[in-house]
Amino acid sequence: MSSIAVATIINDDKVEFLCQPDETLLDILRNRLGLMGTKEGCGTGDCGACSTIMDGRVVCSCLVLGAEAQGRTIETIEGMANGSKLHPLQRKFIEHAALQCGICTPGFLMAAKALLEVNPNPTETQIRFWLAGNLCRCTGYDKIVRAVQDAAAEIRGETT
Amino acid sequence: MRYERPDTMQAATALLAGAEAKSFVLAGGTDLLVRMQNDDFEADLIVDIKAISGMAKVTETDDGFVIGAGVPSVALFEDTALVAAWPGVVEAANLIGSTQIQGRCTIVGNLCNASPAADSVPALVAAGAVAQVAGPSGTRDVAVIDIPTGPGKTSLAKGEIIQAILLPKPNARTGDAYLRFIPRTEMDIAVVGVAVNLTLNEDGTVIAARVALGAVGPKVILVDTAAKAVIGSKLEDVVLQALSESCSAACTPINDKRGTVAFRTQVAGVLARRAAQTAYTRAGGK
Ligand SMILES: Cc1cc2nc3c(=O)[nH]c(=O)nc-3n(C[C@H](O)[C@H](O)[C@H](O)COP(=O)(O)OP(=O)(O)OC[C@H]3O[C@@H](n4cnc5c(N)ncnc54)[C@H](O)[C@@H]3O)c2cc1C
Ligand code: FES
Ligand code: FES
Repeated sequence: MSSIAVATIINDDKVEFLCQPDETLLDILRNRLGLMGTKEGCGTGDCGACSTIMDGRVVCSCLVLGAEAQGRTIETIEGMANGSKLHPLQRKFIEHAALQCGICTPGFLMAAKALLEVNPNPTETQIRFWLAGNLCRCTGYDKIVRAVQDAAAEIRGETT
Repeated sequence: MRYERPDTMQAATALLAGAEAKSFVLAGGTDLLVRMQNDDFEADLIVDIKAISGMAKVTETDDGFVIGAGVPSVALFEDTALVAAWPGVVEAANLIGSTQIQGRCTIVGNLCNASPAADSVPALVAAGAVAQVAGPSGTRDVAVIDIPTGPGKTSLAKGEIIQAILLPKPNARTGDAYLRFIPRTEMDIAVVGVAVNLTLNEDGTVIAARVALGAVGPKVILVDTAAKAVIGSKLEDVVLQALSESCSAACTPINDKRGTVAFRTQVAGVLARRAAQTAYTRAGGK
């Protein structure tokens, strides 16, 4: 198999890499670019642990080929905080104890970020439907939903 | 394995037509990449069609809508004209997978994967959708119902690619709806899916109908007897009963962990009745 040269933008940085045609974006992020924040749960689109944002839409990076990243803009969990300043979603996840083992957390955060960008004031039902593709074995989801609601309120300027 | 991303349809069909052994079109990849994870999966060539111009667009024309083969399901929902014209098609496409899957999956991929349970397919069939097929020797139009031939199988020839789905402009007082049964509320495969498309006259009488069933046979089923049962009516109780019975009678399902033959057969009738009522209301009936 011959390598493919790919030029892309990841977390505002221009990134170039070589990949094999059957490598997924998830493989590239973790194994070639050292961006280990994106997790692998199932590898088949069911768990959402690998969620990243591509051209503004949240996708499972395990179901994207690395070669498809050519010319795209990709956001991963590593780009979420602004330096040492956490994103409100990250802070609220900690405050609400919305994580235990943490494997699902980067995926939930990317998916929740994409939600608040299209809907700054989601209802609980909308949050639960939007996050239905993110699985968590630890928390029971309620704390995650509350953290998202609280972060949304803060971003809207209603609380701190 | 080779990965190619041609920028014209001609180049794409030529690549597939000339391909060695196993080649696949790549749209959203939500079926293909899952299959690629299997150890026994083999491919010599993957042709990504998303860089071809027009693939990512929904275009409204005098005749209806042209939905490019690369349009992800979420973009259908964002197209207000399409939602107004064919709400049932859009709601079916929006049932596919999670938010993450929605950002990638296409209705053409759903159709070409040829799963009997594909959610958007009954809705497309009920709407009378047509697939525009590009091949090495030109394009041809094929009714969506004639694309799948059985589980995992399509009527497409080597080198052929569906470039767009054409949805007609709905007649006045037309409404469609899709309902499926799954054991949970999200992220599952249809046990039964039913799509109904109705057109009414000015006094609310049904003058045209198409009823299609998914997941209750090796491929989508268009139930002519169900359409006949509702044409000429205002969906009175006896008519809904006849509609239910004709849908149940058309089912040829399998038994599996998701549902028994008896369950699927009964649920098809129940969902048909409910989908018909929604379609009727959407068409302006009272
Ligand atoms: C977690 C998860 C949940 C899912 N839930 C559902 C669900 O609820 N309902 C449902 O119906 N499906 C579901 N699916 C299956 C899948 O998402 C859908 O079938 C989807 O519509 C496939 O579209 P795609 O663009 O991703 O197809 P791809 O994976 O790109 O392609 C699918 C097949 O079609 C062929 N193909 C694609 N485009 C063309 C074309 N233009 N011309 C010719 N051949 C083509 C490909 O070669 C491949 O064989 C789910 C999948 C996952 C991973
Ligand atoms: S690892 Fe991608 S969805 Fe589970
Ligand atoms: S915190 Fe452990 S899986 Fe979610």
